Amino acid sequence: MTKAPVKPQNVARSNRKWIIGYSIAGAFLYFVYQFLLNWEGLPLGIYDAIYRWMPPAAVNESLVYVIMALGLNIVVGYAGLLDLGYVAFWAIGGYCAGWFMSEFFYFLKVHFFGSVPAEAPGIHINFWLVLIIGGFVCAAFGVLIGAPTLRLKSDYLALVTLGFGEIIPQVFFNGENFFGFNISNGTKGIVGVDPIPVGVKNLGPFDFGWKLLIFLLLTAVMVFISLRLRRGRLGRAWLAIREDELAASMMGVPLMRTKLLSYAVGAFAGGLGGVAFATHVNGVYAERFNFAISIFLLAMVVLGGMGNVWGVILGAFVLSWVNGNGLSAFGAFYNERFGTQVDFASFTFLLFGLVLILMMLFRREGLLPESRLKLVLHEDDLEEATSGKKAK
Amino acid sequence: MQKFKGTPGQIRRQRVERIGAISISLVLAAWILVNLLESPQQFAQVAILGLRNGLLYALIALGYTLVYGIIELINFAHGDLFMLSAVFSSYFITVWFKQDESNPAGWLTFISCLFAVMAFGAVINVLIERLAYRRLRNAPKLAPLITAVGMSFLLNFIGLKWNGSTPRQWPTVIPNGDIYIGEVRINMITILLFVVGIPLLLALNYVVAKTKSGKAMRATAQDKDAAALMGINVNKTIAFTFAIGGAMAGAAGLLYQQSIGTTNYNLGFQLGLIAFTSAVLGGIGNLWGAVVGALLIGLIQGLNDGLPIAFGQQWSQSVVFAILIIILVFKPAGLLGKVTTEKV
Repeated sequence: MTKAPVKPQNVARSNRKWIIGYSIAGAFLYFVYQFLLNWEGLPLGIYDAIYRWMPPAAVNESLVYVIMALGLNIVVGYAGLLDLGYVAFWAIGGYCAGWFMSEFFYFLKVHFFGSVPAEAPGIHINFWLVLIIGGFVCAAFGVLIGAPTLRLKSDYLALVTLGFGEIIPQVFFNGENFFGFNISNGTKGIVGVDPIPVGVKNLGPFDFGWKLLIFLLLTAVMVFISLRLRRGRLGRAWLAIREDELAASMMGVPLMRTKLLSYAVGAFAGGLGGVAFATHVNGVYAERFNFAISIFLLAMVVLGGMGNVWGVILGAFVLSWVNGNGLSAFGAFYNERFGTQVDFASFTFLLFGLVLILMMLFRREGLLPESRLKLVLHEDDLEEATSGKKAK
Repeated sequence: MQKFKGTPGQIRRQRVERIGAISISLVLAAWILVNLLESPQQFAQVAILGLRNGLLYALIALGYTLVYGIIELINFAHGDLFMLSAVFSSYFITVWFKQDESNPAGWLTFISCLFAVMAFGAVINVLIERLAYRRLRNAPKLAPLITAVGMSFLLNFIGLKWNGSTPRQWPTVIPNGDIYIGEVRINMITILLFVVGIPLLLALNYVVAKTKSGKAMRATAQDKDAAALMGINVNKTIAFTFAIGGAMAGAAGLLYQQSIGTTNYNLGFQLGLIAFTSAVLGGIGNLWGAVVGALLIGLIQGLNDGLPIAFGQQWSQSVVFAILIIILVFKPAGLLGKVTTEKV
């Protein structure tokens, strides 16, 4: 079964295809939330339905989750390394926004293309620059966390990442007095992040329509990075490691460097998402960064299909919607309809747990499977055919 | 001191690792010594508390180490099993048998609850294995690991519904009082914990080391195929392992609930991770390693939480995870574990 090599023009065409499809979907969302909702002739029923089932804030939040899930997908889906502490990168990215885009360091006065008046105290760096700073700080942390631990076996690696995922949020949680320095305002959090400058205006926390556009753009950047990297040398090396580490190293893939790069790129997305989320909620709050977030993100990647960008986007969008708005909206609807008092929001744990278990038991490759991964994940079914092979 | 072997690169690595390990141990020893000289009485006090927690961690850690030893799976749901057992114990003693003070009837309930909760833990753990992990035994490693995480969420949900979303206070039925050895106060609860916990550990050791099922367990852990060829029922043996691991977690749940008096649905996550760290510290797959590791972690945590020269309680978790990371970096095989070269 030899497949014809992918010709360059095919690559170009498929690239064009997703960009067009994505732009249409994005334009539709933007149209609905920026214009339709503000249109006075809109029937009240539709307006209510949109606000009830899919308010603007929920769409934006889902997109932030999509960015994160795409980052986690690079680590888990591409390179096959289980990361259970991804929330650490979210936290670091968030605090980058908190440090560089607010009045948190009130004793300093640094402005760099910021969006606030020049006499405001604190560090105010341009949002787009902070995005890049946050991404690179996270990537550096990814390498820092990965370097000593990546030679461990996969399950130990999961634990060490989990450990870091606990330690880093705890540092921020106790950060009001971190060896004498206040690095995070502790549980009070950093309230108020600079608006996003887009040339014509500055976007505050309630410019949902405009921010939707920005988050769509960031998601597109992550999709682009994911797709391009996967096709390239690095992406092929990741897939090789995922499928068989030993064989990959025999073929000359430098294991450590390749794994570290997957960590770095994954963490970079975490940084983007963290900064984006900070502007979305207009602040950074330490207690939001808990272990459950890491597992939510993992469930999103698993549900949609590890390794497949579109699957991950679908999974992340659906699950973050369910988690943020869908479940409570459904609960309100159900309770109203049947006169019950069921607390649907508390079913999140059940739902995410079931997603992970059932997907692993019955459809390991996810809803939108990636064809290569499907083969790998069902290796155990092939055992009859290759009778000499010892199960790992 | 053992000689270093391998290529120059490996030797360099080993040397760096040994220097790192020795310096970390020295820092730890110095810290303990400074604190001991600073306030010996307080030191003894918090050390006893730490060891008491360590015993609880040991009971949970055994479940991790047994399961990892036999099917190489980090059973993330184990901590939550412990949490469910704690909630079960509270209901058993306070709600179903309505005992809320320390009298002979209460003690009797406590003893019957010990058996009930051990059975409860064993049954749940076997069910989890039967319904989920068994189907994934030959799947790539990522699959059972993710399933275990999902299972942990599922048990968390049951705990949330059963216990409520806020911590709950329960009356305890075990005798309350203090014994003084010199200046050092020892709570009756501590003594009871050791009275119940140590025989359990010895019984477990007896089962694994001396009985026929224990032999089957060790054989299955070494090589499933060969064990099956020798007439060992591998499925049954693995289920048995999950059962005794679950029973230990059940006992730990009761002891925790009776000594602390509070249950919370997210209790399992923290304690489970601490217990897992203990198992790794001692050398995962090694029973006594888990016990030693747990006592050490309990001790270090207790000292960190209670001593004047320490990070303090708010860094408790970070200290434990830092230990986990340091151990995994410098000595992945653990304190008592045998170094195994990764065979292909």
